[in-house]
Amino acid sequence: MGGKMKKLLTLVILFTSTIASAGTLVINSNQSGESSMNAFNSYVDAFKAAHPEVTVVVNEFEHEAYKTAIRNFLTAEAPDVAVWFAGNRMKFFVDQGLFQDVSDVWEDAGLNDLMASSKGSLTVDGKQYGVPWGYYQWGVYYRKDLFDQLGLNVPRDWEEFKWVCAMLKKNGITPITIGTKFLWTAGGWFDYLNLRINGYQFHMDLTAGKVSYEDPRLDAVFDHWRELIDPGYFLEDHASFSWQDAQAPQINGEAAMYLIGNFYVPTLESAGVVDKMDFFQFPTIYEGVGVAEDAPTDTIHIPSGAKNVEDAKKFLAFLSNAEAATNWAKIAGVLSPNKNAAKPTDRFQVMGAKMLAEADDIAQFWDRDSNPDMAGAAMEGFQEFMVKPDREDKIRARLEKRKS
Amino acid sequence: MTFWERNQLRIAPFLFLAPAILVFLIYVIYPIIDSIWVSFHQWNGMDRNALNEDGTLKNWKWVGLENYYILFFDDEEFYVSLFNNIRWLIFSLLAIPIGLLLALFVNQKITGIRYVKSLFYFPFVINAVVIGVIFTWFYNPKYGALAVILNFFGLDPIPVLAEEEIATYGIIIASFFPGIAYTMILYITGLTGVSREMVEAGRIDGVSGFTMLWHVVLPQLRPATLIAIVVTIVGALRSFDLIAVMTAGGPWGSTEVLAYKMYQESLFNYRMGYGAAIATILFLIMDIYIAWFLYRLFKNEKSEK
Repeated sequence: MGGKMKKLLTLVILFTSTIASAGTLVINSNQSGESSMNAFNSYVDAFKAAHPEVTVVVNEFEHEAYKTAIRNFLTAEAPDVAVWFAGNRMKFFVDQGLFQDVSDVWEDAGLNDLMASSKGSLTVDGKQYGVPWGYYQWGVYYRKDLFDQLGLNVPRDWEEFKWVCAMLKKNGITPITIGTKFLWTAGGWFDYLNLRINGYQFHMDLTAGKVSYEDPRLDAVFDHWRELIDPGYFLEDHASFSWQDAQAPQINGEAAMYLIGNFYVPTLESAGVVDKMDFFQFPTIYEGVGVAEDAPTDTIHIPSGAKNVEDAKKFLAFLSNAEAATNWAKIAGVLSPNKNAAKPTDRFQVMGAKMLAEADDIAQFWDRDSNPDMAGAAMEGFQEFMVKPDREDKIRARLEKRKS
Repeated sequence: MTFWERNQLRIAPFLFLAPAILVFLIYVIYPIIDSIWVSFHQWNGMDRNALNEDGTLKNWKWVGLENYYILFFDDEEFYVSLFNNIRWLIFSLLAIPIGLLLALFVNQKITGIRYVKSLFYFPFVINAVVIGVIFTWFYNPKYGALAVILNFFGLDPIPVLAEEEIATYGIIIASFFPGIAYTMILYITGLTGVSREMVEAGRIDGVSGFTMLWHVVLPQLRPATLIAIVVTIVGALRSFDLIAVMTAGGPWGSTEVLAYKMYQESLFNYRMGYGAAIATILFLIMDIYIAWFLYRLFKNEKSEK
């Protein structure tokens, strides 16, 4: 009986170890939306075709749930490849020793040259800890038909922007739609106001916790914000709406502008209003402040606990393949960081690519640049300010207290 | 006689209990003790034993009672959550009388009442997330049914979930939907046990209507009422899913309750120690209540014997 047990045990061990070891590549992904999933699958399929010896297993997670799940699986049952975000979000795991140094992949696959523009956001202490697969612009998506009807032009500076808002409001159209239920859309507004008023370096110092929330330089940010809040230019009751809920007024033609990322475009297409839409860069506020844009970068990484590092590196290096990189980004509706990738043809992406290429600096986004501890609390404060602007001092004092 | 034969009767119960006790220890008792232990530390949820280069612990730091100090003296949101919990406690109890009324209503002998019963019970079978989504749509101040109804009467729509003063009540009302169904079922079962003789005797004495309900029927429903209160209160204290779905704690944290705040602090803000301190407070609140409840229960049982 002992012998039988032993045989059985060996069998079990053999079986499980073949699953875990060479030949099988386990990937955890958060690309759960329809277009993102198709995009990701196209990349996986291309990879499988190029590397038939590797069996790929993809574990699909819902996008929001992934953010909490990742900390469990990185420490407990690490996959070989994990999808994540550049910037502080990545650095947190690098500091924890949970992502591997993949500088050799950058070196061997020629990424240092191919993806030079994104290298900074993947680098900690001179080493690279992941490979970017896509990034996208933020900006104002607006109803061109409504602008044309009222004879409005694209605003280039703050005064023009306010004037456009006033004219829209006067004609019974909500100037700006927004849904702040899940907070980050308010973070986008703060990002842009602060970047345009105080510039990139100050913004980065604030997200890094080096500047006080009560710093007088931030007064101007909240004052400018108020110039839009007090006359009621933002969608009413925006705290009850998610960012998807806030699309409806614009699609119905009741609201004109939406400060959001390019991931908005597939919705516009399926709603059949994309032909009435156009895009403009967030207007200048102070002359002489360098132009910085939010362009969040999505990335792939190898966890430290990965079992099949060899194939994982192949998977990352495969992003140097211009065709596969192009397809992944294109189907997902984002830009590829690979400089050999086919130039985008979609007009929003063309505008985004041009705008980002001309930008002086690129920020990741409020909740990707800030400490996780602070990001949510601050965005909650921004939301509160957008509804109760009179509480500005109280909110800023509260954030400062929480930071320390 | 062998040892086993002599002690069989004494040992056997423990052997049968052992698996359950073991599971209970691992999955209930150990996490409780560990949570309390975590609440005295600063911890970001990562490997507790990871070391810095200078040999000190990286993610795990003893801070004594600091988490509790911040909680009580330095965090206004804690009191917002606590106060919301109290509101939940008080107002969700309304589900009990409504459930009783419905139970009395469907407890009649009318053709087809079985179907009506199951319809009223249906909300309890629906997942809380689905209920949350339905009510969120219902409250939507632009396109929701509530806005349409208010518009019909010439009133302005109320952004229920975006107003800090009323958002919590909006969620509590949504919680009535399954809550009432559950208490109704409890009372329906209770009503089948009401003695006909007593009701008849009451009738002969000329009692009817509310007096009959209050003095004859309700006393016999006491066990059902007790369970209904306990289940409702425990449900109110751990209310979480509806909040997560309907407001995500917002607007600006005004609908947070302790359970949600704990989740938010530990899983999103990476403050495990702080989250554990909130969990410990919630545990103590529930414990006091449960101890009181068990005490009452035992006392009642004794007096009835």
